[in-house]
Amino acid sequence: MDNKPLEGLLVLEFSQFMAGPTAGLRLADLGARVIKIERPGTGEGGRQIAIKNIFVDESSLVFHTINRNKESYAANLKDENNLEDIKKLIRQADVLTHNFRPGVMEKVGLDYENVRKINPKIIYATVTGYGNEGPWATKPGQDLLVQSLSGLSWLSGCEQDGPVPFGLAVVDMYCATHLTQGILAALLKRARTQKGGLVEVSLLESALDMQFEVLTTHVNDGRKLPQRSTARGAGHAYLSAPYGLYKTRDGYMALAMGNVADIAETIGLSGQSYQDASAWFSRRDKILEEFASMLCEKTTAEWLALLEPKGIWCGPVNDYHRFFQEDGFIGTGMLQQVVLQDGTSLTTTRSVYQIDGEHLYADRPAPKVGQHNTSIVHDYLEN
Amino acid sequence: MLPLAGYTVVDFSQFLSGPLASLRLADLGARVIKIEKPGTGDICRQLYTSNTVLNGSSTVFHAINRNKESIVLDLKDEADAQVVWDLLAGADVVLHNFRPGVMERLGFDYASVREINPTVIYGEISGYGKEGPWVERPGQDLLLQSLTGMTWLSGDAAQGPVAMGLSIVDMFAGSNLCSAILACLYRRALQQVGAHVHVSMLDSAVDIQFEAVTTYFRDGQLLPQRSTISNAHAYLAAPYGVYRTQDGFLALAMGSIPVLGKLLGCAALETFADGEQAFRERDSIKTILGAHLLTEPTAHWLEILEAADIWCADVLDWRSLTAHDAFKVLDMLQEVSMGDGFGYETTRCPIRIDGERLVSAKGSPKLGEHNKKIMEELYG
Repeated sequence: MDNKPLEGLLVLEFSQFMAGPTAGLRLADLGARVIKIERPGTGEGGRQIAIKNIFVDESSLVFHTINRNKESYAANLKDENNLEDIKKLIRQADVLTHNFRPGVMEKVGLDYENVRKINPKIIYATVTGYGNEGPWATKPGQDLLVQSLSGLSWLSGCEQDGPVPFGLAVVDMYCATHLTQGILAALLKRARTQKGGLVEVSLLESALDMQFEVLTTHVNDGRKLPQRSTARGAGHAYLSAPYGLYKTRDGYMALAMGNVADIAETIGLSGQSYQDASAWFSRRDKILEEFASMLCEKTTAEWLALLEPKGIWCGPVNDYHRFFQEDGFIGTGMLQQVVLQDGTSLTTTRSVYQIDGEHLYADRPAPKVGQHNTSIVHDYLEN
Repeated sequence: MLPLAGYTVVDFSQFLSGPLASLRLADLGARVIKIEKPGTGDICRQLYTSNTVLNGSSTVFHAINRNKESIVLDLKDEADAQVVWDLLAGADVVLHNFRPGVMERLGFDYASVREINPTVIYGEISGYGKEGPWVERPGQDLLLQSLTGMTWLSGDAAQGPVAMGLSIVDMFAGSNLCSAILACLYRRALQQVGAHVHVSMLDSAVDIQFEAVTTYFRDGQLLPQRSTISNAHAYLAAPYGVYRTQDGFLALAMGSIPVLGKLLGCAALETFADGEQAFRERDSIKTILGAHLLTEPTAHWLEILEAADIWCADVLDWRSLTAHDAFKVLDMLQEVSMGDGFGYETTRCPIRIDGERLVSAKGSPKLGEHNKKIMEELYG
């Protein structure tokens, strides 16, 4: 689209791994020029963190997913000349992000206090694992560890399972949205007041914010712990029956919140036995089992054909094969092709933002370490 | 000054996704006015979790709607609709999460609002986009998780589909909308142009899975395979997972298998190589590791592993977490107070600006609590 909201802005990304670079990707898709500042040779740590051990064009596939639409400038922060160049870049930048552990940027003189002296209008944004103070300040800030420390792992699965982590780096990703929001809000404030600012987020605070509804329940219900259901497939520790996933004759289906008596009647149970709405939570496990014993008798399509016309909130449980072939998905245009430096191509997602009727596509591949040094020197460092 | 000080958000949205976006805008300094329907208001008021009722509404409602005002208006009533128009005329941001077509029928769609307020930022959240075969489907979190393949990523291989136990599609969609609104407010501050912003829950659900989706298409379209035990990520090699110990649990992120074998005194692990083998044979590795970790308490293992800089952690529940100094130092909880003096505790905004935590003592509004005040402001 023309006139992307962040066009003309320069973002220097010292961030590595997932949370910071995901925010960088959002800013890039919104129109900013994002330059990764990487150590010469190996580059940022995320290049070596692979999922399924897949590497493409010398970096992990995950790295390519998170870092498309960015440039790379290789510099050694411990080398004085390199550091001077970086400071020159900082003087012209609008945003700087990093996720080093507390103390690292101080050592090279690029902490906020020093950076704002170089550029008082900069937005300086940091991601830590657990904040800058307290007993966990130097602990590794990693998604699974934060899930485990924040109580998040007691919300999925069944009572008998022990902790069940969310099977994606949800804390990293949620933290990335917070970082993005903080940076955008600070940019807005700068546009209104001509002043730069400091934005700080942490994985732990993001993990707590992700649980804000249930934590609010916890601190107001006598501090009871979440009670997951004993029934396999239950979908939420705090929600009443029938909320969950059920086995059918040919697969699985989902039932969200709804009137239990009406649903019972529709699937062949006696609605009369489910009239008392307060029992939908207190007898949750039992109701889930009773529903499961009926729902396994017909196919998913047969059940949906009975339930959907009544306005009952239900749906199929798809795997990727099925989902990606659905017209409803294909029509969204959510996928885009990115041609990598080695000529092979990658099918990945586009930005989720639709602005003035247009989706934001950006198919420029992730950079090699230092790939843009020459053009960046030309654009920012020659005078 | 807060970044959005002086801005007004008129919010038609209900449940979680839209109201989460306006909560963030409120914490960043905007005044948020919820437009609620007569009688019931935002349906979320009655969406009780574990049957807990707090001063007449659900705890969930109180968590999502603190720091906002409420005006009750019947969108189909002519006199009330005029009040809506007068609010829209002065709004910086408008948002809703009705199904596609509803706002067009009510007459408060973007094209109409822009006519009286050309620089408005108009944000909307849909379930499945604004067209296509699914537009009429309910945009509900568990249904979106199920539809998009997400339920095959958590839990162990034999457990069937496992939902993520929070409304995370709602939350990401709301958060994404908030980001897009902020970006367009920034553009407006420089260029005095409005914007129409839209985010769907469907796109947001796929976006959360962007690593897995990209891997699926690059890797011959193989379905994600969860490990048979201690699964924490279908695409990651051993040891990534949570393990039982003698007295509790231990989380292990990325790490070298032979190194772990040495540190933990588990010779059987030293025969495995990192990389390819640690992924391919992760079930065997995790089984050996799991049996070994059972022999000592969590603290014993943590002492050894932390000293060697291995990425590991204890597994806490909320009681042990909230009692911990590392939690207390964050000051993540705040006490808020409602118009009738009722106080409750909840979380604060997770973003800090210029070293300050963003807190606000204002609790959620009673249904229609601010009708009188807002009418006076509009009409004297």
